Amino acid sequence: MDFAFMQEAFLRLISGVPLTLNLAFTSIAFGAIFAMLLALMRMSNLKVFDWPAQAYVFVFRGTPLLVQIFLIYYGLGQFRPTLDALGLWGFFREPYWCAVLALTMNTAAYGSEIIRGGLQSVPHHQVEAARACGMSGFLLFRRITFPIAVRQALPAYGSEVILMVKATSLASVITMMEVTGLAAKMISQTFRAIEVFIVAGAIYLVLNFLITRIIMAIEWWLSPHLRRPPAIEPRLEAAHV
Amino acid sequence: MKLLKTLGLSLLASALAMGAASAQEKTIKIATEGAYAPWNFTGAGGKLEGFEIDLANDLCVRMKVKCEIVSQDWDGIIPALNAKKYDAIMAGMNITPKRLEAINFSRPYATGSHGWGVLKDSPLAKLAGQGKRINLEKDADAAKAMIEEWKPLLKGKTVGTQSSTVNGAFLEKYLKDTITIREYKTTEQHDLDLAAGRIDAIFAAHSSLKASTEKPEFKDMQIVGGAVDGDVLGRGVAVGLRKDDAELKGMFDKAIQAAIDDGTVKKLTEKWFKIDMAPQT
Repeated sequence: MDFAFMQEAFLRLISGVPLTLNLAFTSIAFGAIFAMLLALMRMSNLKVFDWPAQAYVFVFRGTPLLVQIFLIYYGLGQFRPTLDALGLWGFFREPYWCAVLALTMNTAAYGSEIIRGGLQSVPHHQVEAARACGMSGFLLFRRITFPIAVRQALPAYGSEVILMVKATSLASVITMMEVTGLAAKMISQTFRAIEVFIVAGAIYLVLNFLITRIIMAIEWWLSPHLRRPPAIEPRLEAAHV
Repeated sequence: MKLLKTLGLSLLASALAMGAASAQEKTIKIATEGAYAPWNFTGAGGKLEGFEIDLANDLCVRMKVKCEIVSQDWDGIIPALNAKKYDAIMAGMNITPKRLEAINFSRPYATGSHGWGVLKDSPLAKLAGQGKRINLEKDADAAKAMIEEWKPLLKGKTVGTQSSTVNGAFLEKYLKDTITIREYKTTEQHDLDLAAGRIDAIFAAHSSLKASTEKPEFKDMQIVGGAVDGDVLGRGVAVGLRKDDAELKGMFDKAIQAAIDDGTVKKLTEKWFKIDMAPQT
């Protein structure tokens, strides 16, 4: 193991971290909004909304992300005249936006199922209690259903965030030079796959370690009812009474 | 007892015979990319085809060995050779100083030049040097003059090239500050992006550019500007071998020399590239 070389590899790969995080968080942000919409469509009890949402989730969960990226980038690239006419070419021309689009569509499909699970796990009696207090409609959703659902869904959504950080590595196949792209380039120049990939793996590990900590902190903040109440000082003199 | 002895002896004899047979029929595993037409590509039936497949089969007959040709992604092709996943690489790979640090090469079995591919209506169609072929080392001054002539036209353009190739090395060395380089896993991917208009030009081996322009989907693509070779573009295409495999290098060198001498290489390059790309001896 050549540590001087690994240090050099680290310095080069670290320059890809901003793009990795940028891709991950842009697509998670758009994806979460889209996922919420899909979850509400699925729970609307209206077939016109439910069925398209189901079909969407089926397609995007059922096909590999790599295939989706290729189809969006190289597949749509062959329909340039049509995209030009629609004014969409400026968007699809850029590999960055194609990667963000593929990642967003993908995480929305997974995320919608997580959110739906969270929404469905809200205990019925809590909703009833809220209704008894006079809440209904959006107020009930905002004050009771949504916060409880988020609390339930957060551990699973945390996994999804981590999966997305790792999924950004696939953007390297459409010329995006994020951590994995830079690693592949460095290997092609040095032919030292093991060291470079160990460094790349370590970078992802550190990123995901920080992300799990942040998610754990949010979980802790959102569930005060699960925390042990502050210990009360035992009053020793009382014991002798 | 006697029966047992006879049985034992005959078993031993057959084992020896099998051992002798396998020593004669040594198997060599050769890796190719399978995505670099017409050098090597995966045909309609999923079988590997191309110049290097034909040449490998010919060389193996000369070396009196059995050959197995496998496909391997280009960007991992050298590390996997050193990890002993196979014994040799025949994948349109040029001999370069950088690669010589990691692996060894046989003598070259083909030479080629490199240049630009653009769309027919592109302003880059006027790149200087059309029809000329300049060696970056032997005609260093002429090469430098031609590259300087290219620069104003190329300024600010995005150029696609296959990653970890001599083409990328050329762009990095000579045009890094003039153009934006975008790297692709395969040559077909940069062809697709050129056709789609995501990039302004591609820089690749002429053999590969020519094969692309002959495909109906890339009919709007054309080869422009002068051709270059030498220096970072390598000293010809050769078999990549592990450094400690001197015996195999000897076998390949001899077989390649024989194939060049009796005109097999010339014949095969003419079949696949429509021009003679046999190395000059």
